[in-house]
Amino acid sequence: MAGKMVFSCTICRKSAGNDLRFMSSWWNHVEPAPKDPILGVTEAFLADTSPNKVNVGVGAYRDDKGKPVVLECVRQAERRISGNEKMEYLPMGGSVKMVEETLKLAYGENSDLIKDKRIAGVQALSGTGACRLFADFQKRFRPESQIYIPTPTWANHLNIWRDAQVPQRTFHYYHPESRGLDFAALMDDVKNAPNGSFFLLHACAHNPTGVDPSEEQWKEISYQFKAKNHFAFFDMAYQGFASGDPERDARAIRIFLEDGHMIGCAQSYAKNMGLYGQRVGCLSIVCEDEKQAVAVKSQLQQIARPMYSNPPVHGALLVSTILSDPDLKKLWLKEVKVMADRIIGMRTALRESLEKLGSPLSWEHITNQIGMFCYSGMSPEQVDRLTQEFHIYMTRNGRISMAGVTTGNVGYLANAIHEVSFVGGQKLYLAIKVTSLFSFL
Amino acid sequence: MTGTSPAVSPLDSVAFRRISAVSRHLGHRSEMDSQDQSLSLSKTAGHGFSVFESINQAPEDPILGVTVAYNKDPSPVKLNLGVGAYRTEEGKPLVLNVVKQAEQLLINDGSRVKEYLPITGLADFNKLSATLILGADSPAILEKRVATVQGLSGTGSLRVGAEFLTRHYYNRTIYIPLPTWGNHPKVFTIAGLSVKTYRYYDPATRGLDFQGLLEDLGLAPSGAVVLLHACAHNPTGVDPTPEQWEQIRQLIRSKGFLPFFDSAYQGFASGSLDTDAQSVRMFVADGGELFAAQSYAKNMGLYGERVGALSVVCKSAAVAGRVESQLKLVIRPMYSNPPLHGASIVAKILGDRNLFNEWTVELKAMADRIISMRKQLYDALCSRGTPGDWSHIIKQIGMFTFTGLNTEQVAFMTKEYHIYMTSDGRISMAGLSSRTVPHLADAIHAAVTRFA
Repeated sequence: MAGKMVFSCTICRKSAGNDLRFMSSWWNHVEPAPKDPILGVTEAFLADTSPNKVNVGVGAYRDDKGKPVVLECVRQAERRISGNEKMEYLPMGGSVKMVEETLKLAYGENSDLIKDKRIAGVQALSGTGACRLFADFQKRFRPESQIYIPTPTWANHLNIWRDAQVPQRTFHYYHPESRGLDFAALMDDVKNAPNGSFFLLHACAHNPTGVDPSEEQWKEISYQFKAKNHFAFFDMAYQGFASGDPERDARAIRIFLEDGHMIGCAQSYAKNMGLYGQRVGCLSIVCEDEKQAVAVKSQLQQIARPMYSNPPVHGALLVSTILSDPDLKKLWLKEVKVMADRIIGMRTALRESLEKLGSPLSWEHITNQIGMFCYSGMSPEQVDRLTQEFHIYMTRNGRISMAGVTTGNVGYLANAIHEVSFVGGQKLYLAIKVTSLFSFL
Repeated sequence: MTGTSPAVSPLDSVAFRRISAVSRHLGHRSEMDSQDQSLSLSKTAGHGFSVFESINQAPEDPILGVTVAYNKDPSPVKLNLGVGAYRTEEGKPLVLNVVKQAEQLLINDGSRVKEYLPITGLADFNKLSATLILGADSPAILEKRVATVQGLSGTGSLRVGAEFLTRHYYNRTIYIPLPTWGNHPKVFTIAGLSVKTYRYYDPATRGLDFQGLLEDLGLAPSGAVVLLHACAHNPTGVDPTPEQWEQIRQLIRSKGFLPFFDSAYQGFASGSLDTDAQSVRMFVADGGELFAAQSYAKNMGLYGERVGALSVVCKSAAVAGRVESQLKLVIRPMYSNPPLHGASIVAKILGDRNLFNEWTVELKAMADRIISMRKQLYDALCSRGTPGDWSHIIKQIGMFTFTGLNTEQVAFMTKEYHIYMTSDGRISMAGLSSRTVPHLADAIHAAVTRFA
């Protein structure tokens, strides 16, 4: 159809080289794209004029007044670098200093892998960019491979590996009945996958469910991975945010490293340093030796070059300034703990509010789950009701961003959830009973 | 074509070889092997080979690799004329005053946060960028039929545009000028376009091969995408005249080609923002559609901040809206949303009359300094009686001069005079100063007389 359009256009064009106003567009056939399921929520929220509206959609931290937060350590770092900052091109692999500090966070301050220079590390455009670099790299150097993705996962993971043209398979993860981990099915999937498969794992604070394996479970998963010679790719977007302690949140990765796995890892500073819009992250791949790490890094740079040439400098400077200064680093660790603690506090508050409302449903998953998100278990229809009747915005999979919950809105939120999840149900139950009574008569 | 031969690889360096040899002699490898064995929990565990075992070292990027090599050179007279980054007379990088001011304003504004930008980037930035390239009175803007997205400088904007074309345009061939920026073919190829060339540079005249251009595009199939450098062609510095642009426009429109402009030097070429945008505006004026990628790396000195934009001029506002929605689908799985800092600075400057005016003054000063360097180099070569016609140095425009030196001559200049440039003989005039022009002139003279 486009071809036909062009044919007639060619005829017009030959005679109207100077005035093309009456020709049709090349892009008439372009469909409007569906809104991004996550980012579209905030758009809708912003357009809502209700004074009661609550945004528990996108995973961006809010303080107890519902305001975005710029960390004090970030403000200080920014004042320090302003004026001095040279805005020259970074190397294709980004800021070496930033990458060094970032690897220490994931792999440990005294990691032998770092000492032995066995890690190929490059700065990336936050977590998305790191995952995309890896996916493109996987496609290029292991073209026959697929990626096993947990069910469910962050929606954009599917887009990333799809655009990289890496075929996807899923593995069991979330257990809806218990609202916890479907460990037995997960292990089955790991065992049944062909040897040497590539798996995407959330290092901590699984998005969207908030359900993480226990330390024991991680150990079993790692053991099974070793037996099957699987490749583990960790997406770690919430280090520090889950428990409040970055070392603790890296435990899954450390278990795998102790077992000798040569992993890949995406890291993001969007949440734990509040640097969302600066797009700062890191992709690392553990290699056999330094020579291979150099080779792998050079190939990652080849992927970055035709995508953006070299990564943005500002955010990387903030990160390296903070992490290489002991006082600023200490301040950062303190501020991360404050954020994590507030979220843990809100989990408790939400659960208690629901229980106080007399909900007979079980809400312990709210405090069992960890990190920014809570997988409430609500259906898309219930979510729609929350939005339409209560002006509460979240993604339709029932994922609540706990970061959007405050002491000011937790009561309202609990009430609304109670309404749509139970009270509505209760009314429906009674209505059925009454109707059946009448039909009997 | 630019940059086909790789520069020095770090693995070739003597130091690296020494270290590797020493570590092997110290039994480093066997220690690591036993470490692997002791840590594996099971006899059936994997043998510890990496899944990326067979990966080879990639060659250095031909352009960015020049700086890598330059950095390694200990010579006190070394000169980096490789990558196109502006330098002052003192050879220092330059942060524009308006940029410093804008940054201070941003820092002092306590209400500012670092939240995610929308996928399409900072809205003000997008509007102002479209206005900058298309003109405030552009009919396309007034009729709201421009879809603009913030991109990762020029590279990122080109890539997003190319990915969109592969998905939505029926003709997947793009014609690029010969030569062009070394990264162009990589960007388009990886996005899935098939890259062909059209003649552009005439080595005999060191100017535009206009007949060749018209012939090659004349033979190209209708509907192909055609890449055009809006001004200050990289690497040659050779631009069509306004009359030649008009002929190019007619040819492109009559063959139904889709023009894709790369505008990386607006304001840098002539010193005037409007003059340097004339080629793009000419194409908008005829009512047709086009793509335009912009970069603020050079003209605002924001290199490392990765600030740019992609504008798609469409027939109607409705189409532009749909195009924008599809551009988002390209961006989201690549990096979700673009970086905030650089775009905020640009929006601040473009949106404030005083800052904007100051910027135009600083921009003109940079352009003028480069024009002065051209004159000085030309004069220096004339006064040395260097064989050959060097007038192209002052005829070419923008940051780069295509010297016409061959790879042998270039290699000689690097080895003997510690002058670094891309192997196609392209030099960045921005890297010169009055102090270093004589050294360069000496080197060129020696190279040309030695390797005629």
